[in-house]
Amino acid sequence: MLEPQDRIRFEQLVLPHLDSAANLARWLLRNRADSDDVVQEAMLRAYRFFERFHGGDARAWLLQIVRNTCYTWLEKNRPSEMMTEFDEEVHQLPSATPETLAAQADERQRLMLALESLSPRSREVLVLRELEGCSYKQIGEITGIPIGTVMSTLSRARERLQRTLTSAAVKEAW
Amino acid sequence: MNCELAQTTVHGYFDGELDAVRSAEFERHLERCPECQTALEGIESLRTLLQQSNLYEQASPHLRERIREQLAETSSAGRLPPVYSRRWFLVPTFGVLAAAAAVLAVVFFVLQPHTHAARITAELIDAHVRSLQPGHLTDVQSTDQHTVKPWFDGKLDFIPPVSDYSEQGFPLVGGRLDVVDGHSVAALVYSRRRHFINLFVWPSRNKETIFETSGSRQGYNWIMWGSPDMEFCLVSDAASGDLRGLKDLITR
Repeated sequence: MLEPQDRIRFEQLVLPHLDSAANLARWLLRNRADSDDVVQEAMLRAYRFFERFHGGDARAWLLQIVRNTCYTWLEKNRPSEMMTEFDEEVHQLPSATPETLAAQADERQRLMLALESLSPRSREVLVLRELEGCSYKQIGEITGIPIGTVMSTLSRARERLQRTLTSAAVKEAW
Repeated sequence: MNCELAQTTVHGYFDGELDAVRSAEFERHLERCPECQTALEGIESLRTLLQQSNLYEQASPHLRERIREQLAETSSAGRLPPVYSRRWFLVPTFGVLAAAAAVLAVVFFVLQPHTHAARITAELIDAHVRSLQPGHLTDVQSTDQHTVKPWFDGKLDFIPPVSDYSEQGFPLVGGRLDVVDGHSVAALVYSRRRHFINLFVWPSRNKETIFETSGSRQGYNWIMWGSPDMEFCLVSDAASGDLRGLKDLITR
């Protein structure tokens, strides 16, 4: 149980990063209803573990908990998604084939589908870097990827996203 | 033609993650390597696409409310240490006051920064856009922090922290006075790869508040944060990752 002053500290330090938590969970779980539940659970965990937070980067600390909660949820509820891990090319989601992407008139919708077609591990580094503006050090801290590997992981993720978008553009030109 | 750096280093360079030496080395390489130039353009336009497509999903008011309720429940359901309960029992008014203070604290710390931020950021973005008009960017133009800092002396009732971050890729351009929310604020101007970044600084109105919010509007990114002494806001059309990088340098 937290002391009242810890509760205030939690509200000052951790709660301001709720948007970051919601954004990461939304992109990892690919829908809002599930991610809202998971964020709520993650916030509760963060609150319970807050005693273990000894200063430093509160956003990275919270996002690490959010990410772990998301992965636990995925393993339990959508184990197949976790298996596509190393086989992105083979297991492309039906929602994100070049044909369906090309058919999307809306640029934002197309980008969303392309991003969602990546494996969770590619998606998370892209979201953390491009949408959340995290440094490599922070990405390493949140995802547990060794910092020396963050750059190459990000490089592969960007390349995959570019390729997915380009193949859609080619289909559209046809 | 198969440059290895086009797959790796170019990303670290683009993300501002290389140290000064490696960065300079890579720039020399970049001049001669069309493959790396193409790769750099590719990741730059991918970032622009991602950031301008409104993909960031903020927490809904509904979720925010759910979490607030849940935290309140968790706190009240838990056992307070005996010493507290005994005191609260003996002096009921203290308990009521403490509870009221706790509610106020939640309202203040959770709600206040958000509404405050929404109102102020609109003004700050306007101030940023205004500053980009010819002749409006700086009142004192200097890359030297020891010239810019004394310039503010006597013009404001506080002294903004002024540092140059040229070595980290954010050279100081100068400073000026601006007015935001009816108060004079210090505006420091930094540049980042042909983009200008305004850093607005003013004294904290509430000494207890530590907060941080960020977002984007009309194609401009912003990060606002408060320390016990000063509040800060960075505004720019530079990538939000760049703003984050500058913020980390300032708060280091």
